[in-house]
Amino acid sequence: MTASSGVDGTPVVVDGVTKRFGATTALDQVSFAVQPAELFGLVGPDGGGKTTLFRVLTTLMLPDAGRASVLGLDVVRDLWAIRARVGYMPGRFSLYGDLTVEENLKFFASVFGTNLEHGYALIAPIYRQIERFKDRRAAALSGGMKQKLALSCALVHRPQLLFLDEPTTGVDAVSRREFWDLLAELKAGGLTIVVSTPYMDEAARCDRVALIQEGRVLAIDAPSQIGARFPRAMFAVRARQRSRLLSTLRQYPSIASAYPFGEDVHVSDSRTDLAPDVIMRELQAYLAAAGLDDARIRQKAPGIEDAFIELMGRAPEVAA
Amino acid sequence: MTQALAALRAFIVKEFQHILRDRQTLVILLALPVAQLTLFGFALRTDVRDIRLAYIAEAPDDATAALRTRFARNGRFTLVDVAPTPGAIEAAFRADRADVALVIASGLAERLRDGRDAELQVIADASDPNTGATMQTHVVAVLTGWQRDLLPQAASGGIEPRIRMLFNPTLESVNLFVPGLIALILTIVTALMTAISLSREKERGTLEVLLVSPLHPWQVIVGKVAPYLLLAFVNVVSVLVAAWLVFGVPFRGSLVTLMAGSTLYALVGLALGVLIAAITSSQLTAMLAALIGTMMPSTLLSGMIFPIASMPAPLQLLSSIVPARWFIDISRGIMLKGAGWTELWPQFAVLTAMFAALMTLAIRRFSVRLD
Amino acid sequence: MSHVPAPTSPARVAIRVDDLTRRFGDFTAVDAIRFEVASGEVFGFLGANGAGKTTAIRMLIGLLAPTDGRAQVAGFDVATDAEQVRRRIGYMSQRFSLYEDLTVRENIALYGGIYGLSDADIAARGGTMIAELRLEAHADELVRTLPLGWKQKLAFSVALLHGPDVVFLDEPTGGVDPITRRQFWELIYAAAARGTTVFVTTHYLDEAEYCDRVAIMVDGRIAALGTPEELKRDFATDSLDEVFVRLARGTGAVA
Repeated sequence: MTASSGVDGTPVVVDGVTKRFGATTALDQVSFAVQPAELFGLVGPDGGGKTTLFRVLTTLMLPDAGRASVLGLDVVRDLWAIRARVGYMPGRFSLYGDLTVEENLKFFASVFGTNLEHGYALIAPIYRQIERFKDRRAAALSGGMKQKLALSCALVHRPQLLFLDEPTTGVDAVSRREFWDLLAELKAGGLTIVVSTPYMDEAARCDRVALIQEGRVLAIDAPSQIGARFPRAMFAVRARQRSRLLSTLRQYPSIASAYPFGEDVHVSDSRTDLAPDVIMRELQAYLAAAGLDDARIRQKAPGIEDAFIELMGRAPEVAA
Repeated sequence: MTQALAALRAFIVKEFQHILRDRQTLVILLALPVAQLTLFGFALRTDVRDIRLAYIAEAPDDATAALRTRFARNGRFTLVDVAPTPGAIEAAFRADRADVALVIASGLAERLRDGRDAELQVIADASDPNTGATMQTHVVAVLTGWQRDLLPQAASGGIEPRIRMLFNPTLESVNLFVPGLIALILTIVTALMTAISLSREKERGTLEVLLVSPLHPWQVIVGKVAPYLLLAFVNVVSVLVAAWLVFGVPFRGSLVTLMAGSTLYALVGLALGVLIAAITSSQLTAMLAALIGTMMPSTLLSGMIFPIASMPAPLQLLSSIVPARWFIDISRGIMLKGAGWTELWPQFAVLTAMFAALMTLAIRRFSVRLD
Repeated sequence: MSHVPAPTSPARVAIRVDDLTRRFGDFTAVDAIRFEVASGEVFGFLGANGAGKTTAIRMLIGLLAPTDGRAQVAGFDVATDAEQVRRRIGYMSQRFSLYEDLTVRENIALYGGIYGLSDADIAARGGTMIAELRLEAHADELVRTLPLGWKQKLAFSVALLHGPDVVFLDEPTGGVDPITRRQFWELIYAAAARGTTVFVTTHYLDEAEYCDRVAIMVDGRIAALGTPEELKRDFATDSLDEVFVRLARGTGAVA
């Protein structure tokens, strides 16, 4: 990874960035680079450091160590140049609820020294979906509409780079899907986007993702490649008595991991030298012997979430 | 520069939209001055009008009856019957049935005929010393008048003090309160409202977006301050008009000077509001800080209610850092004494210095980053 | 499909909703919905913003009177015995159930007190809970200082403190890491295995897959109801997300 400040046109370069708040280390030696027109995802739980990373990249916070550049500009030195060139949507709803949709847009356009007409082409695909509510106060919009308005406001000055911090939190599934469709359109138009999410299923829509946990980057790769980092064969087991299925599986002698995954329990065996078929037959027999004869087992390709759990490096504990 | 001004204009328009759309707050801000004026004017006056007098003649005769009539006709007194025993007076005070007692020893008519001294005793409930003394003065005044009528020859020889009250001849407390009230209202509209409105942006997360924009702190501050300055102006005018219409409060000096003073004082309040918002982390804290940090001193340490001259030395010293104290000097000076630049320039100078100091501090504390 | 035992005797029905309706003026927020939830079931309740989900839950926890129809929770009518219903349910919303400026132990004492537990009971159940959650070392720390995942687990356990028959979870596991999320679901399964009925609302469809059965509300009506497996089969897709999107956009079959 190059540490040079984007002379090669790399829109975002983060190199060994560390940020501490008192005794807590919010970011620990974080490094990555985002390519032009890439949809780059920061995936990880709340409190993992995603918001702090955005604040460093948007010049709101100073890194304690390391360097970062945005559009070839230094985040410490070139504060005003960066601010004029990027769009940012913070995690919280950050519009004026007592202003109408149109007034919010016009206000943010003026703040960035432009006007609605100038930025209209870029925001048109999004704004058209909310334009019929343009005289409605932002506070009275649904969650999905609010997100679209916030995105429009972040785009109205035609930024060269877009930072979105958990844009879909609290938004229903339909609106989430529409939102990600919009991001895909913007990316197709050549915009570089860095977006964060705590939800693994959204990660699949990014070009590449960085898995972030407790201020550290666990892995950076294309979503389809991350699952492959899971080192063992993965099986999905389903039975009616889920609690009992789990505790029974955890007593299996060569168990490597067992945790609930939707309707299933995901299981892997520590004996990596054995063929998956063999393990599956053994498991079936073991569960039947334990009285779980309705258990159904199938092999399944591990996904991002399985990889994340594995990379977090601690086995899920039995909670109660 | 034109772009910076366009952004500033957009910001000010937005602020007006916030203010105009929050109807409840707007009504309070516009109605509050007049409501307070009425409150202070009618309810909080310190001049005493209705004195409940326990009139106690140990042995009623012609003379005690005549004196009694004199008190009854005065208009300032309501007569209360209390038994002629010392314990009964205390009880009447405690039960709050009487404010002052006049005790007349037996044989008043006889003594007057014989030319001997009359034995009268005025007892006042001094649980509120100021009011007690005032009421006592009123009783003594009636007695003095009575004595003069009875013995005209005696009055001609003695010295009769005549006290004339300058600037506020009828001792109307409302005249003193109106200038103070302007200070109080300006404090609310400027310091409190700016602190709330700026810390609300912090709390709602909109400030984060503003920070990640080309807006500089001075644009945010000017944008926040300008609408409230105008609102403060409206309030000053409405209080002056109401004071003149309802209470006939005099206005002896220059309106321009008063408006200049009000603007300067409003700017001090606005700077203080921005500073409070910059150093507090929540809207609630900002509101409390503005209330306790500005309203309390503006009321208690400014000379608005309690004269500064009668404060202990440390408080007098403390009062000199309260901006309201200097502004009240200005507003009272202009309204009641007709003072102008020649007399009031020191006060203007102090307020200007305060504004400069607070604004510098506010801009410094208003960070361009979050940490 | 005998995936979930059908409720038979009234004693085994924790929630019975019968043509429950709520109108606000001309607008029908909840339109004659009808379903039953069995004791010990983990029931997912889904819907887009404005689908009527929140209104329905408010009626079930006795905060809002139905315009029409009936609902029974833990054997009591929500309209006539709201007091009894509230005594027998627990409620956890992600944001507001714990006091951040109180310690773990103080929160437990507060909720125990609110539900009328004796001091001895609070001490005993609180002690067990703290041990089960492995919070012994943090019992006297302010809730504010705990990681989000711990808060959620604690909030859930506190909602169970008074031994409710039914516990309502409003958007319970947003924003935590995959491991903590699984620990949370295991807590839910454990409670369900002990007979507590768990009623979960969520926006997140991958979350809904953890439920025994799922109801999806669209425009005030229940558009689909079944196990996640059944719903996916009916809509011939492998993702519950797809089922939901098709229902919400009005292009799916009504189950």
